[in-house]
Amino acid sequence: MITLNVNGRVHEVDADPKTPLLYVLRNDLKLNGAKFGCGLGQCGACTVMVDGEAVYSCITPIFVLKGRAITTVEGLGTAERPGPLQQAFIDEQAAQCGYCIAGMIMRAQALLERNPSPSDEEIRVHMNPALCRCGTHMRILRAVRRASDAIRNASPTGKRT
Amino acid sequence: MTISRKPLRADGCETQREMSGETAHGFRLSRREFVAGAGALVVSFALAPRLGLGQNAQDAGAPGSLKDTPILDAWIRIGADGTITVFTGKVEFGQGIKTALIQLAAEELVVSPSRIVLVTADTARTPNEGYTAGSHSMQDSGTAIMNAAAQVREMLIGMAASRFGVPPETLAVKDGSIRAADGRSVAYAELVAGQALHVAAQPQSKLRDPKARTIVGKEFPRVDIPGKLTGAVAYVHDLRLPNMAHARVVRPPSYGARLGALNSGAAEKMPGVVKVVRDGSFVAVVAEGEFQAIAAMRALSRAATWDERATLSPQADVYAEMQTLPHEDYLIQGDASPGAKTWSVESSYRRPYQMHAAIGPSCAVALFEAGKLTVWTHSQGVYPLKAAIAEMLRLAPDSVRCIHMEGSGCYGHNAADDAAADAALIAVALPGRPVRVQWMRAHEHLWEPFGSAMLTTVKAALDAQGKITDWQFDVWSGTHSSRPGKAGNLAAAWLLQSPFQLPLPKPIPQPEGGGDRNAVPLYDIANARITHHFIPKMPLRVSALRSLGAYMNVFSIESFMDELSLAAKLDPVQFRLRHLKDTRAQDVIRLAAERFGWNAFDSQRELGRRRGRGFAFARYKNLGAYAAVAMEVDVDRESGRIDIVRAVAAVDSGDVVNPDGIRNQIEGGIIQSLSWSLYESVAFDDTRITSRDWSSYPIMRFASVPQKIDIHIIDRPGTPFLGTGEATQGPAAAALANAVADAVGVRIRELPLTGKRVKAAIGV
Amino acid sequence: MNNPVKRSPSLKITLAMMSVLGMAIAIVVAVAVARHASSAGAAQPLSAAAGSFDTTLVAKGAWLAAIGNCNTCHTADHGTTFAGGRALPTPFGTIYATNITPDQETGIGRWSPSDLLRAMHQGVDREGRHLYPAFPYDHFTHVADEDVNAIYAFLMTRDPVRAKAPANRILVPRAAIGVWKSLYFKPGAIASDAGHDARWNRGRYLVDGLGHCGACHTPRNALGAEKDQEALAGGSAEGWRAPALNESSQAPALWTVERLVTYLRTGFDAAHGTAAGAMEPVAHNLSMVPEAEVNAIAVYIAARMGASAGARATAAGMAPGAGNAARSEPGEDAPIDAGKADDGDAIYRSTCARCHDDGRRGIALDHSTSTTDTTPGNLIRVMLEGIHPREGEKGGIMPAFRGALDDAQLASLVSYLRMRFGHAPPWQDIGSEVARAKRELASEDRKPS
Repeated sequence: MITLNVNGRVHEVDADPKTPLLYVLRNDLKLNGAKFGCGLGQCGACTVMVDGEAVYSCITPIFVLKGRAITTVEGLGTAERPGPLQQAFIDEQAAQCGYCIAGMIMRAQALLERNPSPSDEEIRVHMNPALCRCGTHMRILRAVRRASDAIRNASPTGKRT
Repeated sequence: MTISRKPLRADGCETQREMSGETAHGFRLSRREFVAGAGALVVSFALAPRLGLGQNAQDAGAPGSLKDTPILDAWIRIGADGTITVFTGKVEFGQGIKTALIQLAAEELVVSPSRIVLVTADTARTPNEGYTAGSHSMQDSGTAIMNAAAQVREMLIGMAASRFGVPPETLAVKDGSIRAADGRSVAYAELVAGQALHVAAQPQSKLRDPKARTIVGKEFPRVDIPGKLTGAVAYVHDLRLPNMAHARVVRPPSYGARLGALNSGAAEKMPGVVKVVRDGSFVAVVAEGEFQAIAAMRALSRAATWDERATLSPQADVYAEMQTLPHEDYLIQGDASPGAKTWSVESSYRRPYQMHAAIGPSCAVALFEAGKLTVWTHSQGVYPLKAAIAEMLRLAPDSVRCIHMEGSGCYGHNAADDAAADAALIAVALPGRPVRVQWMRAHEHLWEPFGSAMLTTVKAALDAQGKITDWQFDVWSGTHSSRPGKAGNLAAAWLLQSPFQLPLPKPIPQPEGGGDRNAVPLYDIANARITHHFIPKMPLRVSALRSLGAYMNVFSIESFMDELSLAAKLDPVQFRLRHLKDTRAQDVIRLAAERFGWNAFDSQRELGRRRGRGFAFARYKNLGAYAAVAMEVDVDRESGRIDIVRAVAAVDSGDVVNPDGIRNQIEGGIIQSLSWSLYESVAFDDTRITSRDWSSYPIMRFASVPQKIDIHIIDRPGTPFLGTGEATQGPAAAALANAVADAVGVRIRELPLTGKRVKAAIGV
Repeated sequence: MNNPVKRSPSLKITLAMMSVLGMAIAIVVAVAVARHASSAGAAQPLSAAAGSFDTTLVAKGAWLAAIGNCNTCHTADHGTTFAGGRALPTPFGTIYATNITPDQETGIGRWSPSDLLRAMHQGVDREGRHLYPAFPYDHFTHVADEDVNAIYAFLMTRDPVRAKAPANRILVPRAAIGVWKSLYFKPGAIASDAGHDARWNRGRYLVDGLGHCGACHTPRNALGAEKDQEALAGGSAEGWRAPALNESSQAPALWTVERLVTYLRTGFDAAHGTAAGAMEPVAHNLSMVPEAEVNAIAVYIAARMGASAGARATAAGMAPGAGNAARSEPGEDAPIDAGKADDGDAIYRSTCARCHDDGRRGIALDHSTSTTDTTPGNLIRVMLEGIHPREGEKGGIMPAFRGALDDAQLASLVSYLRMRFGHAPPWQDIGSEVARAKRELASEDRKPS
C-alpha cells in the first residue's frame, strides 16, 4: 500500500510502487484531469503539480511521491466553482478539443505560484514544453495572463490568497 | 417503460450512463423495445436507414440531413419534465458542434439552451449522418436541426391553437410554453403527451427572423469546456465500466511485417494478466490494471519476432516515385486536347506525407455480451465503422452498436477506427467483460493514416494587361479517404489469420474532391485545364487529413498567384481581386487586406530585418467558407528561421451561429497549418516509419506561435451555413510562403519551409 | 497573295508607335518574367559592400565563422544573428557581445580588414582599446590572415542591423587587460608539427585557433586565463562541465574519429550521448561545415585522447560496446520495495530504465560521459532541466525531473548511476552539488522545464 496526498486528501493505494502516477490518478482515484498523451514526458498532457512544481505524472512512479503534496486540476476548483486559472480558461474559451488543457492549467499554476506576475515572454517560455495540437496557444497564453492579472488584482501584495 | 432522466449536467450532455445506453430496465435497448414503450415521451422512434423509409417525392426537398432522415422525432424529442433531447449524427471533437447545435435548437424552439440535452452519434439512437468530416456538420446537421426545431415549434403552436381554440398567430411562445392572449398557457411537454412527433419534415420551415435571434449568432460559451477543465468524464479515455479490463496491442513494427514467433508464456504469467489474444499477426494482452497491461505489452513485444520486408523507396525519391506509380487521370475541367500554349510562368510544388498526430493517442472500449457488441469510440463515422467491424468479425450488422464519445482532436481519419477495431477483436475474445484499448504514442505515429504526399504543377499565361488567359493545373496525389466502410479499412483486419485487404480506393468526386479538393480555382479564368492524377496505391497508409487536398492545392494556387502578380507587376491583392467576380470573395479579401494594413505595409528593410507580407485566399471546396489570410513574417537571413509576426484573417461562414467557435477554428487552423508548413514531414527508411514520437516528429510549440492573430468575421444571417473548420489550412500555408518570398526574395515551393530549406534557398 | 496595304502617314505613325509600344511591353514582360525566373538575385545581402567580395571567399568565410561559433556569442536570444546583445557571464561581471553586422554606427561597418586582423590577432578594437578576453583572441591569434580575411568578407556581406549592445557590467577596467595580456597572452601563429600528418595539423590549427575549444575545455586560473600546461584537460562553460579532450578524458567508450565526426555534426553519438547545454550550438554550427574540416578536428582530438581511459579500456577489451549496452538489473519489471523512496536503484529501474535501458530512447548510461566525469554537474543539470531540441527540429527529448524527484532522491540517483554505470570512485558531496546546480539555474536566464 502506498500513501499519496492528492489535492489535500490522503489516499491509500494498492498498486505496484513502480506504477506511474498517471494511472493511479485515473484508475485508482478516478481523477480524469491528467491525461495520457505520450507516456514519455514529451507532451505535458499528464502534468500535475508536486510540491508546487510541474511534473509529468506519466513518468513519475508513485513510490517516490511519499510525503509530497500532489495537486491535480480537480484540486483547483469545480465546474460550479472554478479556481482562478480555470475561470480564466473558461472566460477566454481557451480550449478546442480540450485534451491538453488540464495539463496546461497545472503547468501554468506552477508558474503563477512561483511568479504571480510573469511577463508574456516568461509565460511563453514556461509553457513551451507543453504541446497543443489544435492550435489553441493564443487563448492559453491569454488565459494565463488573465488569471495572473485577476490574482494580482484580488490581492494587493500580488501573492495568491 | 420510461427512460430515466438524470439531472441535466452543466455541459448540456447526458451522463455517462445515458451515453452508454443504459436504461432503467437494462443495459441496452433493442429498437423494438424502445418503440414499444409507452409513457410521457415521444415513443415511436424511427431510425430511417440512410436510404430512407421509402419516402415519397415531397421528402426529397427537406433541408440538410433531413433529406436522409426526414422523420422529425429522429431529431427531437420532448420529455415529460420538459427536457428536450436533440439527436445528431455528428460528433464533437473540439470544433464546438455540440454547442452550436444546441444553440440552433434552442433558438428555434424558443427555450433556454440549458433545457436541451444533445445526443451525438450512436448507431442505436441517432440519425445516420455519415462522417463528421469535410466541414459538413453545420450544413448538414445544423440545417436539419434548425429546420426540425422550427417545424416542431410550429406544430406545437398548432396544437396549442387547437387546444385553446384560438388562431395560432395570437399565441406567444416563450421558454417552452405557449401562452394565449387571455393568459392561458401550456407547456410543450403537456402538448406532446401521448402524441408523436413521428411525422415527416416539410421542405420549407418557418425559421425565426434572424433579427429576433437571442442565442444564434451571439457569443455563447461552449457547453463542454467547464467540465473539461475540472476533471469531468469527457472523453472515451475517461470511460469506466464495471469489471472493465485494460488491453494493449503489440503492433507490428512496419507495414507488411508478419509475426514470426511469439513466446507468450512469460507475459501470460505477469501480474494481473488475464489473457493474451492472438489471431494471425494480431497480438494483444489483457490485464486487470492499466500499468499491468503496459508492462505485459512490453514483455510480449520483446518475446515477439517479426518478419519485415524493406518495401519503401528512399524518402528523398518520394516525388519522383509518385509520378511512376500506377495512376488514373481525371480531367476535372477544360479541354481534353488543348493545343500548344505559351506559358508566362510555370512552377511546381511539393508536399510530403504529414500526420494528424493527435495529442491523445486513440482509445476505445468494447463489450461483447449475449452476441451483441457495443463499442465506445471517437471515430468520426460510427455508422460506417459499425459496418466495417461487423464485417471483420463476421457478425450481423444489427448486433454491433457504435457509440461516439469524444477523443482528442483528430483532424480527420486518424487511428480512432483502428483502436475501435482492436477493442472489438479483444472483446470478442473476452465475452462479458468491457475491454479498454489505449494506443501508445508510437503506435499512433506509426500506424495512423497520413495526409498523402502530393505534387502539383501550375502553368499560366498572362496577357499584356496582366490578366490570366490560360491556366493549367496538374495534381498528383494518393487517396484522401480510406475510411471504413469495409473491414479492409481497419489496420487490425490486415493482420488476422484470415485477413482483409485494404480496398482499392476511388477518388472522391468533384465538386468536393479529395486530392483535387480546391484544385479548381475560384478565380475567373477563361481557359483552365485541371487534371487530377489519382494514385490508388501509395507506399504509405494515407487517408483524410484536415482539408484533404485543399491544403496543398490552395498552397500551390495561391503561391502561384503571387508568382503571377510579380510577373504582371501588380499588387498581389489587386491581382486577385481583378480575377474575381464572386462578391463575397472580394469582401473577405478586402477586409483582410484592410485590417492588415496591406497598403501601408513597410518592410523596414533598413533595420536589417527581412520582414515580408503575404496574402492568400480560398473558398473551401468552392462551396464552403470564404477565408482570406494576410501574414507578416520576419526571416533571419543567417539561420533561415521564420518568425510569424502576425496573421490577420477574414472569414465569411454564411449564417454565424457561434462567432467565437468560428474564431477558435480559424485560429486553430492557422496555427496548425503553420506547424505543418514550417516543420512537418513524416520520415521513413526502407522498412519503417521513423517518426515515432514528438522527438522525431516535432510540431509547433509556444515559442513559435505568431505574436498576434486577428480574426474578422463577416456575418450573413439567414444565408446557408458554410463549413469553416478547414477553411484556413491552405490560405495560411500560402500566405506564409508568399510572406517569406516577399521578405527574402526567394520562392520556396516545397513544404515544409524548414529553417534549413529557407537558408539553402537564400544561400550565403 | 501580295496585297500591299496603302498606308496613310498618320497610320504609319500610329503603327510605328504601336510597334514601339508593343516592343516596350514585350520587354517589360520579358524582364518581369526573367526577374521572376531568377529570383535569387533578390536574396542578396543588403550591405553596401555586397557585390564587392568574391562569392567563393564569402562562402568560405561562412563556414569558418561557423567553426568559430561567432553566431552563438554574438546573437541574443530571439535576436537577429550577429547583432550582438547577448549577456556573457564571467567571474568578473557580465559582458555583452557586440554587434558584428556591418552596420556603420552600431556594428563593424567601418572596420577595415586590418582592423579585424588586429582584433582577432591582438585583442584590440578599432579604437585601439583592449578587448576583454571573453572574446577568445588568445585562440583567434592563431588564425591565418587569409582565413580572417574570408571571415571579413563574410561579415561585411551580412545585413547591417542597427543594434547597440547594453553596457558591460564588469569590474575589470580595460586598462588592466594590458597587464593580463602581458602575463598570459601569447600572440602569433602555431607552427606546423612535422611529426604529424596534414590532417592532424589542420585539426590542431582549427581546434587551437578558430574553434577555440580550449576556451571551454581547458581549466582556467584565478585570473581567468587558460592553464596552458593543462590544455584540453577539462573546463566549464555557462555552468556546464566541458569534459577533458585529452588523455584525462573519462569517456568510457573510445572516441574514434568516426564517432567524433558523428557527434560534432549531428549532436549525438550513441556511444557518448547528446551535445547538450553549451555544446549544442557548437554541433549545430559544425553541421554546416565541410566534412573534411570536421574530420580534421576529429583526427586531432582523437589523437589527444589517445591515452585516455576509454582508449585503455578498449585496448583491454573492456569498453562498453554498442552491442552490450547496459540494462538495469534485475530488470525494469522486477518489483521494488515501496518503502525505499530514496533508493537509487529503485528510482532508476522505475523511472529511467524505460528509456535508458538498451539505449532505447536515451543513451545507455554506461556510455554516458556524464557518469564518468570528475563532477556530477552535467548529470544533475540534465536531470533537472531535461534536454530539448531546437524549435521545430528533430532531436531527443528528455523530460525534466525537477519536481518529480526531490533533492534527496536526485542525489541518491546520481550516486547510484555513478556506482552502477560510471565504475568510478564516488563523487563527494552530491547533495550540495544538487543545491548548487539549482541555485545556478535559478540565477541564470534559463528556460524552466
